[in-house]
Amino acid sequence: MKILLTGARVIDPARKTDTTADILLEDGKIAKTGTDLLSSVKSKEAVKIKIIDLDGMVLTPGLIDMHTHLREPGLEYKETIASGARAAVTGGFTSIACMPNTDPVNDNRSITEFIKRKASEAALANVYPIGAISRGSSGIQMTEFWDLKEAGAVALSDDGKPVMDAALMRHALEYAHSLSLPVIAHSEDTNLSAGGQMNEGYYSTILGLRGIPSIAEEVMIARDILIAEFTKTHLHIAHVSTAGSVRLIRNAKERGIQITAETAPHYFTLTDEVLQTYSTSLKVNPPLRSAADLKAIREGLADGTLDAIATDHAPHARTDKELEFEYAASGISGLETSLSLSLRLVQDGVLSLPDLIAKMSLNPAQILHLPKGTLAAGADADITVFDPHLKWTVDVGAFCSKGKNSPFHGWEMQGKALLTIVGGEIKYSLPSLKI
Amino acid sequence: MAENKNIKVVMDKEVIDRCLTRIAYEILEKNKGVGNLALVGIRTGGDYLAERLKKKIFDIEGEEVPLGVLDITLYRDDISISKKKPHLGKTKILFSLDDKKVVLVDDVLFTGRTIRAAMDALIDFGRPKMIQLAVLIDRGHRELPIRADFVGKNLPSSLWEAVTVSLVEKNGVDEVIIAEDN
Amino acid sequence: MKFERKDILGISELSVNEINLILETAESFLEISTREIKKVPTLRGKTVINLFFEASTRTRTSFEIAGKRLSADTINISASTSSVVKGETLIDTARNLEAMNPDVIVIRHSAAGAPHLLATLVKQSIINAGDGAHEHPTQALLDMMTIKEKKGKIAGLKIAIIGDITHSRVARSNIYGLTKMGAEVVLAGPSTMLPRDIEQMGVKAYTKLEDAIPDADVVMMLRIQLERQKQNIFPSLREYSQRYCLHSRNITLARKDAIVMHPGPINRGVEISPDIADDSSRSVILDQVNKGVAVRMALLYLLTGGNE
Repeated sequence: MKILLTGARVIDPARKTDTTADILLEDGKIAKTGTDLLSSVKSKEAVKIKIIDLDGMVLTPGLIDMHTHLREPGLEYKETIASGARAAVTGGFTSIACMPNTDPVNDNRSITEFIKRKASEAALANVYPIGAISRGSSGIQMTEFWDLKEAGAVALSDDGKPVMDAALMRHALEYAHSLSLPVIAHSEDTNLSAGGQMNEGYYSTILGLRGIPSIAEEVMIARDILIAEFTKTHLHIAHVSTAGSVRLIRNAKERGIQITAETAPHYFTLTDEVLQTYSTSLKVNPPLRSAADLKAIREGLADGTLDAIATDHAPHARTDKELEFEYAASGISGLETSLSLSLRLVQDGVLSLPDLIAKMSLNPAQILHLPKGTLAAGADADITVFDPHLKWTVDVGAFCSKGKNSPFHGWEMQGKALLTIVGGEIKYSLPSLKI
Repeated sequence: MAENKNIKVVMDKEVIDRCLTRIAYEILEKNKGVGNLALVGIRTGGDYLAERLKKKIFDIEGEEVPLGVLDITLYRDDISISKKKPHLGKTKILFSLDDKKVVLVDDVLFTGRTIRAAMDALIDFGRPKMIQLAVLIDRGHRELPIRADFVGKNLPSSLWEAVTVSLVEKNGVDEVIIAEDN
Repeated sequence: MKFERKDILGISELSVNEINLILETAESFLEISTREIKKVPTLRGKTVINLFFEASTRTRTSFEIAGKRLSADTINISASTSSVVKGETLIDTARNLEAMNPDVIVIRHSAAGAPHLLATLVKQSIINAGDGAHEHPTQALLDMMTIKEKKGKIAGLKIAIIGDITHSRVARSNIYGLTKMGAEVVLAGPSTMLPRDIEQMGVKAYTKLEDAIPDADVVMMLRIQLERQKQNIFPSLREYSQRYCLHSRNITLARKDAIVMHPGPINRGVEISPDIADDSSRSVILDQVNKGVAVRMALLYLLTGGNE
């Protein structure tokens, strides 16, 4: 099966190219990139080639979400690996890495293999399991990193919970580093955040909700930067939400420490001011922060302090969210709005389009050591095509994800994925695209 | 009011005053003096008239009659079906009604529903020996079996006409007008 | 003016005109509680449900008396006796209550925003009887009514609120109400009990009682919750009462005619010394209770209407 994609603006951050070109996919790989490939292949075997005209569209390496929650095994009522993978390709993602906080926690080979098997049965996006740092993510006893890696885990994290024990974090970083497994930190001092419902500040004060101070995140990032520096290991920091965190990471990078970091679309889109409705769709951890934090997150993305944009896709069922604010679950279903929200950064002049694409494909690939994120000849034919001008309205009812928990329901968006190709196969195409 | 057609002044200051003087005499005559007598004016309008009656009775008899003010809003029979609540005034009856001969005072007697509400309210305050009713205007159209004991003026009117009693105390002028209600 | 609201969720959403209307209406209701027969037929046939997810004898009783004096049928549902303990969600509870077709639901809940959730779920009028550390609008209204009666006005007064501001819904509702009505509001409490950015609410905050009460017309003391001690928000009741208890010496800093308020119940000797609490020339604590019934009658009256 061959596919020829013609006339799109092709952006490949790995090769630093941004030009109108045709791309030929063959046997699941990228065969060739060039101009006017149509005429060169037409004569001989045009009938065997699916030709898709993408004039005016943007074609990029398949987007990679390095931070999703797929809920299977155990919490299938919120999301399954199949429904999550379908949401991923619908949102333009060809690869997703899923956090281990399922039930049971992905802390051993059999669960990692189970996830891989379910993902290959779904045959939609590539799914890369992330293994737990500690057994049951309880922060006490290390998991079998070697075994997890061999089973297919691409990183380690106790996401959802922090590693409160500094010694455990130190040993995890040292042990994982020798296996080239990145460790992803959920940075939250649970003593400082205890009982917290939202960002601590003016709005938590007037709403009477217990605050989660920015320092709950920052003291842990500071600690883990020091540990990474001392152990000379690589640390990746998940869902950065505060100005202080951006400053700490920027400073660590300047000092040559191996730190990478991600943020999520809601942190550069919404502030805690919107919580005045007590709408539980806005409850997320880390919480939506202040306007000053939002500004710093955008600056951190612009200057490269923040390497990646991840969705932190956290699907929940209605019964988890239709509750009093303090009893409601935290999280936003993000896979199907992430690209559109991120394109706002380009529309607002925060990032160039190639820089944005790098943060959503090449950089996550590099952080997780995945052979992805490029359109070079011979690379896997993982491709995302989006219409940067298409206007649409978010409707959670139309989400492929089982999680309809999005504060962006009803928002007017500009830019939407049209075509998602994984390993040379079309896994998603917008119905309006004639193919 | 200026847009209404056929505005007619039916009572002016002098006529109102003469009526009240007559009512004061009638009250005293019927009750054989001020013994056990009390006046209760219905807000807003009847309370001012009751105060004037009290003064006239004092001028005639040289004795103070206890005076109360009643807001009947909470006793209205349309309170639970009207969408928006009328302004609630203060009720002030600082004396016992037990065994009193109470003269209720209102400005206009119309359907009788206000008086029904007022009587229910009075009975919550005690057990009067007797309740009488004095009104400045009786315009007819009763919907309940109620009649006034003392009437300033009988004013036959149509249902679509509005009868308005203005008093110095609240409107700056004493007059009663009747107008086509649009 | 006409009262247009479906719900009373907080003072933050009320205009000055609305507050004035409620207070004036409440003043008219005061008299009913002085009568021999303390009942008017106004809300005959109406049903008021007091839905209390948090124990509160005072507020619940006050709402119950208010409803009964207006001839409404009042039904009390407390969390411990309803299906709430069986894991029924607020939504299910609300839907069940709605099916019984009450006219007003009064809700007290430990979770901030619970009344707002309820108001979006049911068509009935909702009155917030206290939600978490968020708002307690009827308490603030009765406090304002008390102040207005004792001082003749609210605008221009200096009002000091002392205690655990962080966890106090009474403080928040009063800050909204009193600043809207033109009073100067100052706060004092240990810095661990002053929430972040509180001054953005238009108040001054001090950590010493003695800095807040000079020339105050009103000193409002808040109840201290003993369990806060476990959270290391203050070291001991002993130290708290030494620094933040109102007594006959520090009260002299306030104006001579200053009144002392407390939402109750008082921890005597902790927030207020007994001699101040019982000094009828200053303490208006029982007036507050009396005004509470009138304010709640006024709200029930204003919120219940026909179906047109």
